[in-house]
Amino acid sequence: MSNHSEHVVSPKLYAVILGALLLGTYLTVQAAKVDLGRWNIVLALTIATIKMSLVILFFMHGKYSSRRTQLVIISGFFWLAIMLGLTLTDYTARKPEPSRSGNPPALAIHRA
Amino acid sequence: MHRTGELYGQYKTLEQQKETATLGMWIFLVTEILFFGGLFLTYTINRHQFPTAFGVGGNMLSLPLGFANTVVLIASSFTMAMSVWSAQTSKKKLVPLFLIATLVLGTVFLGVKVVEYKQKFDHHIVPGRNFDVTYCAKNPASVCGLTEKDHEDEIKEVREGVEAEGGEIALNAHAQLYFSLYFGMTGLHALHMIVGAGLLLWLILESRKGRFDANYNTPVENIGLYWHFVDIVWIFLFPLLYLINRHLA
Repeated sequence: MSNHSEHVVSPKLYAVILGALLLGTYLTVQAAKVDLGRWNIVLALTIATIKMSLVILFFMHGKYSSRRTQLVIISGFFWLAIMLGLTLTDYTARKPEPSRSGNPPALAIHRA
Repeated sequence: MHRTGELYGQYKTLEQQKETATLGMWIFLVTEILFFGGLFLTYTINRHQFPTAFGVGGNMLSLPLGFANTVVLIASSFTMAMSVWSAQTSKKKLVPLFLIATLVLGTVFLGVKVVEYKQKFDHHIVPGRNFDVTYCAKNPASVCGLTEKDHEDEIKEVREGVEAEGGEIALNAHAQLYFSLYFGMTGLHALHMIVGAGLLLWLILESRKGRFDANYNTPVENIGLYWHFVDIVWIFLFPLLYLINRHLA
């Protein structure tokens, strides 16, 4: 009995995704060489997130998975967002901002 | 474990049986996302705290090697996807070929990683008692195998780092934090690659017996999911570790 419901992604589409991922890698390196200030990291993470989405949707067949499996995938990132988001809200709000040199107050111990 | 893809009693259809396996694999991968997530969180907090030291550390990594490895790993994800396609379309002869290609690319990645780690020992940037992020700047260019220009950039950058961090001790302390995270994160990633290589080896042996086809390919599909996940981790590690301050160099 053959499993007809299984979605088969064509090699052509896989090749397109491969090309997009390689292009993304090239772009992220080029983007890093330009000084964009705080936007460097935003751009780098945006490109990485797009690359990740392509891998999940096509290489990992996320686009063709059952709704149940898709829910599990999304839940993983939902929990990750809670972990990162809530911890960083705390870290950025609780401690005093680092001085302009980037040193935290604790560094006085090192210098003494 | 079912060897031929027959229907087990607790399932109504083969389709349901397969979906259950995929779902289980994804639940495992969700725990992996959170596992690596903790390290990414640690990285973020410390980079936020010590941006200069992280920049100095990041620029000491080899961009050509990191870039090459990213390309190699992405290519291995493609060959892995192609082996899943070969199994799904019952091209039984192609399955082991694409798996072998994946294993070879994975091994190349680990080999390049070994070369990179060796460099870190030579440059005294492995956390521990011999750690000295100023080692390459203080010694002649030839000691770290740098070109004159790279050596000058290195000296300039380390000097700026010392200034910004308020002393060499502070710069070393915080650069050491960066390299601890570098080895921790790339090390855990490499460990996943080694596990993946072992799984691939098993898949290659099984697929040569012609076990995987359109009826039954769950192991190829699920080990593929694992391999792609490890690729995704690297997609984030590469910009976060290698590309922090490249516009300075």
